[in-house]
Amino acid sequence: MTETFSVVGKRLPKVNSWAHLTGAAKYADDIFLPRMLFGRLLRSTQPHARIKRIDTSRALAHPGVVAIATGADMPEKMGIMPSTQDETALAVDKVRYVGEPVAAVAAVDEDTAFDALSLIDVDYEPLEPILTIEDALARDDVKIHETSRRANVFKEVHLAFGDLDAGFASADHVRDDWFFFEGNTHAPIESHSAVASFDGDGRLTLWTCTQVPHYLHRELEKVLGLPRARIRVIATPNGGAFGGKSDPFGHEFAAALLSMRTRRPVKITLDREEVFYAHRGRHPVKMRIKTGVKKDGELTAVHYQSWLDGGAYASYGIATTYYTGALMTVTYRIPAYKFDGVRVYTNKPPCGPKRGHGTTQPRWGFECQLDKISVDLGLDPLEYRKRILQPANSRTINQLRVTSMGLGQCLDAVGKATRFSDKHGTLPKGKGIGLAGSAYISGAGLPIYWNEMPHSGAIVKLDRGGGVTVACGTAEIGQGSDNVLASITAEVLGVLPDDVHVVSGDTSLAPVDLGSYSSRVTFMAGNAVKAAATKLRAHLLEAAAAKLQVPADRLSLAGRKIFDTGDPRTAISFIEAVVLAESKHGTLSAAGSYKPPAGIGGDFKGAGVGPTPAYSYQASVAEVSVDMETGVVTVDRIVTAHDCGRALNPANVEGQIEGSAYMGYGEIIGEEQIFRGGLHKKPSLLEYKLPTSLDTPALEAIIVESVDAEGPFGGKEAGEGPLNPVIPAITNAVYDAIGVRFDETPLTADKVLAALGKRDNRGVPKDRIGPDGLGEAKQDSTQRRLGFTTEARERKKAVRA
Amino acid sequence: MSAVEPRTWRVTEPASSKQLITLDVNGERQTFAAEPHHTLLEVLREELGLTGTKHGCELGECGACTVLVDGEPVLSCLTLPIQLAPTAAITTVEGLTNGASLDPLQIAFAEEGAAQCGYCTPGMLMAARALLDANPHPTRDEIAQAISGNLCRCTGYTAIYEAVESASRATSAGAPVERGDPVRSERR
Repeated sequence: MTETFSVVGKRLPKVNSWAHLTGAAKYADDIFLPRMLFGRLLRSTQPHARIKRIDTSRALAHPGVVAIATGADMPEKMGIMPSTQDETALAVDKVRYVGEPVAAVAAVDEDTAFDALSLIDVDYEPLEPILTIEDALARDDVKIHETSRRANVFKEVHLAFGDLDAGFASADHVRDDWFFFEGNTHAPIESHSAVASFDGDGRLTLWTCTQVPHYLHRELEKVLGLPRARIRVIATPNGGAFGGKSDPFGHEFAAALLSMRTRRPVKITLDREEVFYAHRGRHPVKMRIKTGVKKDGELTAVHYQSWLDGGAYASYGIATTYYTGALMTVTYRIPAYKFDGVRVYTNKPPCGPKRGHGTTQPRWGFECQLDKISVDLGLDPLEYRKRILQPANSRTINQLRVTSMGLGQCLDAVGKATRFSDKHGTLPKGKGIGLAGSAYISGAGLPIYWNEMPHSGAIVKLDRGGGVTVACGTAEIGQGSDNVLASITAEVLGVLPDDVHVVSGDTSLAPVDLGSYSSRVTFMAGNAVKAAATKLRAHLLEAAAAKLQVPADRLSLAGRKIFDTGDPRTAISFIEAVVLAESKHGTLSAAGSYKPPAGIGGDFKGAGVGPTPAYSYQASVAEVSVDMETGVVTVDRIVTAHDCGRALNPANVEGQIEGSAYMGYGEIIGEEQIFRGGLHKKPSLLEYKLPTSLDTPALEAIIVESVDAEGPFGGKEAGEGPLNPVIPAITNAVYDAIGVRFDETPLTADKVLAALGKRDNRGVPKDRIGPDGLGEAKQDSTQRRLGFTTEARERKKAVRA
Repeated sequence: MSAVEPRTWRVTEPASSKQLITLDVNGERQTFAAEPHHTLLEVLREELGLTGTKHGCELGECGACTVLVDGEPVLSCLTLPIQLAPTAAITTVEGLTNGASLDPLQIAFAEEGAAQCGYCTPGMLMAARALLDANPHPTRDEIAQAISGNLCRCTGYTAIYEAVESASRATSAGAPVERGDPVRSERR
């Protein structure tokens, strides 16, 4: 079969572009319903406290207030992962971070709801907050959750593969490096918003900007005690998400409950500061990576350890913890591998999945370490990586199935585009070039709820007027999932994407798709849609073959026609074929579904995280200039090549690559989600610096097509992987420029100046900025005071002597 | 006459100081009642139903709420309707479309993939429109400067530059501003 496509591979505008560009697209906060009330959440002012009393009577008496909910109204535990549900919609008995929702008010307008918040009286009994990984590990006396068996450990995992001792024993050179990746957040421009309407027929509809309508559907049933058959979740177009809208959130339940109470629609939209506290973003991670290599650079063993600062609740924490270790093996051959991961609770907003979920931090550490190894061994970083690639169609040491693998082509592409090997190590002081590779998944191999059902389902329906409807539960978060559904349907049926009406993100109208997370939509929903459309294509071909008297295998579908490939003038229109097929078979509708194949991962405990039907691969080169007087790092250019299998729409794939590069650039150059005493230090877009157009470097995207055997038309993911290589590429480029290793993010001017010895008057330059191990736990405050007193007395004694 | 029981309301009305405000939006004069402290952003969205204008921070940090006032880009979240001159002409994203005709920027944004999630897009379009009106053939640096107050979290800005440049070329070539058949807009 020759691969000629009429839609796939074309730079067509997205089918939903026109709604977005004319202001017609309805995001959740754009929904105004008759009789609608406006809600606001009262949030905790304490990082860690017992709630002694909540009195809502003054607020309820406030003119315009209609209803108030507190944690007692919804005490059921919930959370995205079924095995670690430790949250409630509104705090019950205890608060665990500043910003945790405590109560919700519904009023006739937003001003009134806001005013009423200050009339809710909450008595807190403050508890000592735990704010660092070290304190969380050491402080057995303070428990954020009683469920933690050891101190404030949420999850601890240990996995070992191959003979680690033999691997290190056979190494010619061993590196043992510590790294720290600072937390950061998604900061979508659209803040979270939900509109609930509980109608006279006892049915609840919730419009919300969620990435996971299906999982939210399940949690609403659990928390509200309303059967899922009576709940309809509609994922509105997300105004950016990046992982930040993939948990069930308190405001969604609160809007629903308040609507059930008042029998009126209720809208709750978060303000920008609340979005920073809602968070669920990148975990701060301390890492220790020990790697053994032969003289030629061949890896002999890797021991990777991570400590994740999880914040106050689980979120996806189990998966995040495993992801820090799981994907280390799919890029380069590792014959022996040990992974130890610990995620702790702290009294800060919960961390969760952000673009690159759990793989971004270890990939940064590992690619920086490979850069050090290449220097130690005198190898070109690009040639070195190419020499140790994990082969296509292979198994990794931790039993992951690797199929299509384009990392080598990606490395070649970015090397060629930038003349990396000519420039590396030869640029003048202050100028540098750096490189890194990486990988990501095209959807998780296993669902969050382990079951045998499909991960994605789709229904395609043909209209006798030539229209096509595709329904699939995916959430459009700006990544272009609606366009993927329309394009694949159009390609299979030979119509134009604009002929396809997409019904997505609606739990009543569309079959289940698990959601827009882990970059799963193109691969999984794409295959489901393709399967459904292919069934209808067979009917159309059969009808056309009979009409045209041409064997079906000689027919092709494109441009709203079915034609003889031998003589394209012999053709019937798509509409005519539909009419003939419908006359014969009745209403033309077909379902398709997708589930990843069995056996793509191991069968040990913990093997559920890491497998995917196909890994994507990518490489970046960054070129930087470092101002030796101010310490400011200017990234001049980022070139990223990404193996997406096949680009179903090259313009959209490039958009994902560029957007990922932008986001990675922001993470390394200055974004940080940091706290002082549990209070966010930068909870606004003025302080938390998203790169503007003037900051953002020149971004270049190169598409590499490995044509995956199982992907829809060969496609794989494009939304997350391209972020991963950008951060280490920039870090390695700064080393090339000034000879300093930054084993800590973000790479701010302040740290560069410190390394150059220009931050203070002592002028001692450093060759490395980063951690040397886990820090000391903070002692109990009384003991610390006693300690100071003792030390002071000792000092005085020494002076007297 | 029997004594009338004083009526008690289950929900009493909040204090109100609404004023009548008249605005010229997208070529229509509209009069409505609103709280004087409500911003232009709020009244556009809530009183006039023009939800195409978005909010990302309501503190003047993100640019999502950009509209044109007499052709100049203005942050509607920092503007009070009562501050505006009675003759001020406001243009929102809904006003970019002239009947069935799209603005060349809208076509170019679609073709270049310059709108991903689309949320910053209305503000971005308004900032870009003001730029092209003042400077029909901007350099890339001038485009970057003009949209530097509009944060986009999706695109990395590259596709936006390309779209503004493409719209600039389309305008100078006198190209029709009808929405074309999407198949014909394929360019590779």
